[in-house]
Amino acid sequence: MSAVYDAVIIGAGPAGMAAAITLADHQARVLVLDEQGGPGGQIYRGVEEMSLMMPDLFAALGADYAHGDELAARFRNCGAEYRARAMVWQVVPGEEAHEVWVSQSGRSFRVLARSVLVATGAMERPVPVPGWTLPGAMTAGAIQVLLKSAGVVAEDLVIAGAGPLVYLLAAQCLAAGARPMAVLDTTPRGNLAAALPLLPGALRGKGPSYLAKGVSLKLALRREGVPVFGGVTDIELKGTSEVTDIAFKSRGRPLWLSAAVVALHEGVIPAQQMTRALGCAHDWDPVQRCFRPRTDGFGNTSVDGVLVAGDGAGIGGARAAEHAGRIAAAEMLCRAGRIDAAARDRLAAPERRGLAEHRAIRPFLDRLYAPPAWLRDPADEVIVCRCEEVTAGAIRAAARAGAQGPNQAKSFLRTGMGACQGRMCGPVVSEIMAAAHGMDVAEAGYYRIRPPLKPITVGELAAAELD
Amino acid sequence: MFRRLEDPRAEIEFDFEGREVTAREGESVAAALLAAGLRGFRATAVSGASRAPWCMMGVCFDCLMEIDGLASRQACMVTVTRGMRVRRQRGAKALDGAAAPFDDDEGEFA
Repeated sequence: MSAVYDAVIIGAGPAGMAAAITLADHQARVLVLDEQGGPGGQIYRGVEEMSLMMPDLFAALGADYAHGDELAARFRNCGAEYRARAMVWQVVPGEEAHEVWVSQSGRSFRVLARSVLVATGAMERPVPVPGWTLPGAMTAGAIQVLLKSAGVVAEDLVIAGAGPLVYLLAAQCLAAGARPMAVLDTTPRGNLAAALPLLPGALRGKGPSYLAKGVSLKLALRREGVPVFGGVTDIELKGTSEVTDIAFKSRGRPLWLSAAVVALHEGVIPAQQMTRALGCAHDWDPVQRCFRPRTDGFGNTSVDGVLVAGDGAGIGGARAAEHAGRIAAAEMLCRAGRIDAAARDRLAAPERRGLAEHRAIRPFLDRLYAPPAWLRDPADEVIVCRCEEVTAGAIRAAARAGAQGPNQAKSFLRTGMGACQGRMCGPVVSEIMAAAHGMDVAEAGYYRIRPPLKPITVGELAAAELD
Repeated sequence: MFRRLEDPRAEIEFDFEGREVTAREGESVAAALLAAGLRGFRATAVSGASRAPWCMMGVCFDCLMEIDGLASRQACMVTVTRGMRVRRQRGAKALDGAAAPFDDDEGEFA
């Protein structure tokens, strides 16, 4: 049996990079696995290449993005072993060590770890509106990825949704010289009033700098004359084989715009595929309407030796993720016997203060951008499971026919059994099932997730190397 | 739809269904094809509906393509390489593992 890593980190975003740096600084044996070609995660996607090759665009993307370049450089030099384009398709918890199964360049192998840090971040909340499966319908994050990783910008773009990313994307497109045609803000009426009592808390820590950034993004759009429609509901993407138009209501008034590309965004939620597959306990967040793995103050999940840091444990943003990564690293150092509990607590203390500063604004933001009610109640004809093309109506009919929850919906309809393995429909199916049976979503539960977490060929599986 | 900003990265050519497409070194197959003007990336196995990348970060599996003979690969997660052969998939896979050829009379690829 080959040597056991003190820590295996899955994901080289801000949480994973920060954790790796701390672990390596303490001479721990650490391996970082990441699916992308370079470090940064989605928030700092393509940051190393961008800073070298496209300095103008790098500057246009702003100081927060530039911070990722410094972090990536420190990560590269920290001494942690790093494998890019490495996809983890199974993690098996064990008594002595956990098994992590990895696919890289068409070859699968197993590594062993005393503790595993899941730093797989967030995904964008699915937005099941009519026409969201048409070519040309994308997420706001997808448009950002194209910009950051390929220097490709969308033309005839309409951005529709709610949350900080909507305005950030619009401002980044503008700075890159690709003017969005319009922004459709779906923030529900009443959210601001409900969030205002939480504003004093948002003025603590780093809150004011986040608020100032939000205001400056909105002002930039106004200065540049990008039309912003408020109170948007009833979004429908039109077109037969691709998006050609978007219909919507703004404060009840029906409107219509031509658009070749529509970026939809209703906030981000923890990517729960890996923590679900590991059998970690999850809790329901009733404000942001998403599941999060249950973690303690160090990032430990309910599965011994499996930790989560960053947005995968609950949305806090990139800077909060760094602190959470370093806290988890302290715990993993302790678990590996590299430091004692007192040293762990000393290491974690300043990070906890930093984390609290960056999280101060979250209760306000979570309430301000609580997802609209229509998002969890798509019309019967809307496709919810994109892979198997199962509509909301079919899921409701299955519930009436006796399907008790998301996992029975699978056997009735194959929903969640397609290529994405339920990543896209899971959150919506849980909501629809809960509503149909008059239960809490926590009670309705979520899909059981099984390996492989992403497809690998049978040949690769058969040839997998043990150590 | 999509256009490239000024980009000094090396240009590389790959094969898309017999046509030569220019990409930039380091980008994904999906990014290269979106930049080249492709709209429909595949037709679904269930209804034959046209689909294209939704998330560009490996979550949605709507950008599945046949790449160098291997079907159902995530075009957004595969880095394009010189001479790579990329095809769209239509419908369900045949038993021999090959994807059905795409009915390309829609003129959707510029």
